[in-house]
Amino acid sequence: MDWLLNADSIAEKLGVMVVAILLFVVVMGLILFLVDRPRNIPNWVVAVAFSGPAILLIGFGLLYPGLKTIRDSFYNRTSDVFVGLDNYATAFTRDEFQIVLRNTAIWVILVPIAATLLGLIYAIVVDRSRFEKVAKTLIFLPMAISMVGASIIWKFMYEYKPASRPQIGFLNQILVWIGLEPQKFLLDAPMNTFWLIVVMIWIQAGFAMTILAAAIRAIPEDIVEAARLDGVSGVRMFRYITVPSIRPALVVVLTTIAIGTLKVFDIVRTMTGGRFETSVVANEFYTQALRQGDNGLGAALAVILFVLVVPIIVYNVRQLRKSEEIR
Amino acid sequence: MSQAVPTTPDVDAPRGRKGGDVKPLKESRSDKAARKLSSKPASIIAICLAVLWTIPTFGLFVTSFRSPSEIRSSGWWSTLFTAEYSLDNYNDALFSGSTSFASYFLNSIVITLPAVIIPITIALLASYAFAWVDFKGRTFLFVAVFALQVIPIQVTLVPLLTQYVSWGIAGSFWPIWLSHTIFALPLAIFLLHNFMKDIPRELVEAARVDGAGHVKIFFQVLMPLLVPAIAAFGIFQFLWVWNDLLVGLTFGSAKGSHR
Repeated sequence: MDWLLNADSIAEKLGVMVVAILLFVVVMGLILFLVDRPRNIPNWVVAVAFSGPAILLIGFGLLYPGLKTIRDSFYNRTSDVFVGLDNYATAFTRDEFQIVLRNTAIWVILVPIAATLLGLIYAIVVDRSRFEKVAKTLIFLPMAISMVGASIIWKFMYEYKPASRPQIGFLNQILVWIGLEPQKFLLDAPMNTFWLIVVMIWIQAGFAMTILAAAIRAIPEDIVEAARLDGVSGVRMFRYITVPSIRPALVVVLTTIAIGTLKVFDIVRTMTGGRFETSVVANEFYTQALRQGDNGLGAALAVILFVLVVPIIVYNVRQLRKSEEIR
Repeated sequence: MSQAVPTTPDVDAPRGRKGGDVKPLKESRSDKAARKLSSKPASIIAICLAVLWTIPTFGLFVTSFRSPSEIRSSGWWSTLFTAEYSLDNYNDALFSGSTSFASYFLNSIVITLPAVIIPITIALLASYAFAWVDFKGRTFLFVAVFALQVIPIQVTLVPLLTQYVSWGIAGSFWPIWLSHTIFALPLAIFLLHNFMKDIPRELVEAARVDGAGHVKIFFQVLMPLLVPAIAAFGIFQFLWVWNDLLVGLTFGSAKGSHR
């Protein structure tokens, strides 16, 4: 049965894939079959059968590493001597890490707001346009390209050459055409962080547009009709009918993008490698824990990252409670 | 530049979350006129934004047909209509000895299919439990699952890899599938739960009164209604796994079981 672990040929690889899917189907089928047999089984058994696999996997793959990280953040670089809050002190006092924290804050505030706003505007505009399908596809395209691919693509936008030589970067070419000096977009702090953020917005706007367009379509026609009869239109229609109706979708989109942005790693890693004052917490964690071998400091940075997301989670839980009450 | 550009999926995400599609029976004449009026500026803005959004990708597309020396010495727009384009880069990427594109492509497919099917199935079952089965600690568990989204993937790499090595499965496809499944679950459960909750209570109650058990309700009442939501999440999960670098790089080892 060695081929299950060392699949080399095409047949073996496809075989492993089929085995994995079949195994999964059989196990899940068995669980459901057993739950379905007896009449009047208690609810908790059903709950365990349905949510058990998910809880187990999440406990193993997310909760345990998360707890271990919190523990490591109070230990030294090889995780064997307790050092109290030293790692946090380092993270908050050294200039380089303050820049990292500042950059992360800028990312998390700018990206979700800008991407959601663009996506919302586009979802509304495109809803009334004749080229809906094509336009939507074009906006969605960046989402389908990997972040590594996006970084390569944007190199051809940002690339810098001295003014005397022909430009390779499109943005610099535009600057030259209108008679300005070409810029070192990725090298000059602090603006280079904004240029990286543009790439993330470029990717995420398509995600926001897709979800929000679906939510707008789902607004019951009678509400819109009633508002129209009352003489509401244009901006006021948007403000008083559209936005309140798609509020849940807006919250989901903002949250998803915000959390995705906090973990942003690929763009920074591939475009600047975190140099020139562009590093963010996720990238710095990777550098500290996996490159410099400083587990403690890396873990402290990750914990700071968790804490930064707590407000977003709390807000979402409150929204959840509210909708639960309505139900 | 062997960047695989996936085909664009159908971007029509879930519809009818609230009460389904309510189509007006017949558009009145004034409505039609209003639509036409509002559609012109809207179309222009839509086209402008779409073009703006596509310029970077278009640049890459043009670049892929140019020779390396040209790429380094001039911009892709400068010789847009005069340059000599060739398929050499594609030839190199697809058929030359140094890269075996077919093998990378197969790996991507073998990794992606289970990594989409498995998490969605598990998440569907879990979100059913959180939405429609009454048990103690339901809200707490759901909030906990949602909150665990905040854990950055980088944090989990070392603990997971240690486990995989001790189980003897490191370097095969199994840890990659398992990891993708784990990382997808919180968001999948959160989104699918939201859709599931929006299904009218009467529908589920009626099935229950008729004597349907949980499994039957799940498969015969809820599943058909959730197809759009599943399709939408499936597309995103597919893209995330297909485009992933970090997980494949960490758990796939150096022997090239990833792209």
